[in-house]
Amino acid sequence: MSRIRIQAGGFSVDEEWSALRERLDASAGAVAAFVGLAREVRGDEDSCLELEHYPGMTERSVAAIVAEAERRWSLAAVTVIHRVGRLRPTDQIVLVLTASAHRSEALAACEFIIDRLKTDAIFWKRETAGGDTRWVEATDQDLERSKGWVGG
Amino acid sequence: MIRVLFFASLREAAGMDAWTYSPDVAASPLRLSSVLAALKPALGPDGYAALTAENVRIAVNQEFVDGAARIDLKSGDEVAFLPPVTGG
Repeated sequence: MSRIRIQAGGFSVDEEWSALRERLDASAGAVAAFVGLAREVRGDEDSCLELEHYPGMTERSVAAIVAEAERRWSLAAVTVIHRVGRLRPTDQIVLVLTASAHRSEALAACEFIIDRLKTDAIFWKRETAGGDTRWVEATDQDLERSKGWVGG
Repeated sequence: MIRVLFFASLREAAGMDAWTYSPDVAASPLRLSSVLAALKPALGPDGYAALTAENVRIAVNQEFVDGAARIDLKSGDEVAFLPPVTGG
């Protein structure tokens, strides 16, 4: 059972954690959590990040990643929340919660989902720092990590 | 009528976020290549070059397509140009 949201507003990890626990039964023994934060860009604490998406296609791209995780591992519940719009350093960008019977599956699925969000989800990031604005692309390391899950 | 969308860096390169293609005649089949040909004068050489770069992917009705130029379209379809993505 998965819950996916793309939203401009912030999210409360506490609330999402509570909501996820309500969806679990007694067979779940582990929940893994990942929270991504906006970093300052090039040492500029006044920098900002703008996330753009393609409404509809973005939601489906995230759902496809979650479905793939559910195919690979036995998951009791998944929550993915991804923000769009303008974010400042220290703001929360993304939340991934994965629940399973055992820790190994919860941890692997959580890492898989965030790795694939970097490369396969339909988002674009534009950084502004020191008066300079540029579009961000997935790094070689991001691509390697994402590809590393193929057939894994 | 075909609706064409441009995202992120391609929106900036195109100078617009959306463009509508209304062919004079009801061409059948209507190919994506015809839409691209009509876009060329609307965008200028730099915008067109950005759109046809190797790393740009095309979606029709929100599904990625390969061999895009030969794709058949119908009125009401939505074509989107997507530069490399990065989320998370």
